[in-house]
Amino acid sequence: MAIKQLSVFVENKPGKLLEIVKALAGAKVNIRAMSIADTKDFGILRLIVSDTDKAKEILSDDCVVTVTPVIAAEMSDKAGALSSILEDFGYENINIEYMYAFTASTELGAYVVLRVDDNDAAERILKSKGISVLDSLAI
Amino acid sequence: MGNYYQPEIETASREKILEIQNEKIVKQVRHVYENVPYYKKLMDEKGVTPDDIKSVDDIKKLPFLTKADLREAYPYGLLGTDLKNCVRIQSTSGTTGKRVVAFYTQHDIDLWEDCCARAIVAAGGTNEDVCQVCYGYGLFTGGAGLHGGSHKVGCLTLPMSSGNTDRQIQFMMDLGSTILCCTPSYAAYIGESLAEAGYSPSDNKLKAGIFGAEPWTEEMRRSIEKSLGIKAYDIYGLTETSGPGVSFECEEQTGMHINEDHFYAEIIDPETGEVLPEGSKGELVFTSLDKEAFPLLRYRTRDICVLTRKKCSCGRTHVKMCKPMGRSDDMLIIRGVNVFPSQIETVLLNEGYTPNYQIIVDRVNNSDTLDINVEFAPDQFSDKVSDTQSKEKALEGAMRTMLGIGPKVHLVPPKSVIRSEGKAVRVIDKRKLHD
Repeated sequence: MAIKQLSVFVENKPGKLLEIVKALAGAKVNIRAMSIADTKDFGILRLIVSDTDKAKEILSDDCVVTVTPVIAAEMSDKAGALSSILEDFGYENINIEYMYAFTASTELGAYVVLRVDDNDAAERILKSKGISVLDSLAI
Repeated sequence: MGNYYQPEIETASREKILEIQNEKIVKQVRHVYENVPYYKKLMDEKGVTPDDIKSVDDIKKLPFLTKADLREAYPYGLLGTDLKNCVRIQSTSGTTGKRVVAFYTQHDIDLWEDCCARAIVAAGGTNEDVCQVCYGYGLFTGGAGLHGGSHKVGCLTLPMSSGNTDRQIQFMMDLGSTILCCTPSYAAYIGESLAEAGYSPSDNKLKAGIFGAEPWTEEMRRSIEKSLGIKAYDIYGLTETSGPGVSFECEEQTGMHINEDHFYAEIIDPETGEVLPEGSKGELVFTSLDKEAFPLLRYRTRDICVLTRKKCSCGRTHVKMCKPMGRSDDMLIIRGVNVFPSQIETVLLNEGYTPNYQIIVDRVNNSDTLDINVEFAPDQFSDKVSDTQSKEKALEGAMRTMLGIGPKVHLVPPKSVIRSEGKAVRVIDKRKLHD
């Protein structure tokens, strides 16, 4: 099951990111995970939040927002955990557009968010390896 | 071979056209010198007398007239004959300042209507056609010009004027209009309204449309032709020269034939005023060869254009002008290349973007830089940085092909281009600050 990620276009200017997180704070939306891709002119802010629909509605007033399905896979705290997944992705020719890691909670451990070109294939591989994939934002 | 309203003149040999022009210009310059003190003064200042003008080749010796002259001479300063000889006034909308008021004798009205009649016949019009004129009637030259032309051709003329689209459609369907004359944007609107009312393009009897008075693109032509099931022809003119019909398209649809027996066209360098050779891009300048009441000589239209005398398959021999590519007032010179905002707009529309953009010109290390901020639509946004960057690259490539120089394109979010009083600020030229 893919989870929903919010992707927000942000101009590369002081204060722009603040406007966005302030709006989310005001709506009591919790940010679970985030990453920013930056270029000279703009950045793309990627967010996993507690309430995607609400966050999208709030941010759409002033920002360009799109919802992207991504995979959040649990990572065991062992050397070689990521490399073993990526190896299998390589065999199946699954391309990773970008990825970032986050910790869901002290009990649940670490996750990587994977943005790939084929979610179904990626999930199949992860399941066959016994790696758990988040299917909701209940984290 | 096509249909002509005045075949002897429309298909005359180049020698014959030149002979007519030479004969008329000598007379016209004398007429203006003797009757228009404002222009006499300009000629005297330049040290030119009517005796210096022996043929159209000498027109380049004459001083230019600009919109500023028209404002200064308002209302009677450029009048070429007694008011008692005049029968009509037409006027511009005055959106860019003071109105231009043009005067006409009956002779002037006749030649203007002849020009419009040539345009209607070139679009396939005959006395069996029903010609629906929905250009505005009144002071605006659009309605009056095409109305007069339609009468001369003998069409059944529907003097609708603009607006009241329901009534336009009712008359069009009930009376079987075959030719539509209006602005291209109104033609597109009528097309949409017909579709909304449940009509298909084959339900109407229209065969041709004569559209002008505002800029429009080839894409718009194709879309109008499809929605109305017609062939769409361009027509050009300006109140200063008479009105629509200064030039018009034939069935080849590759430029507009200028009625050279009445209007002499030149292309000049808008910076230096120097006359440029055929095929060069520059500002279009018109000299009225035989108008009596408002005989403007070397009037600078500000329209940027190219003229061509390449043989036309329609059989007409008069020079063709392209659709105006922009206004010389808007022209930017970047790294020595003339750039018009309208060219950038065309690329954006072709590539599926909104025409919301901003051009930023600067000078870094003695070299001009051109940056274009382009608003993307929300559905054009992707979470992948590489998607946005490849879109920017694609636009840069398309811009380079159109402009001849490579800009840096930046995609920006919707509504982020600075707007002033509701209108987008299109050009920021930072180089001026350094002067």
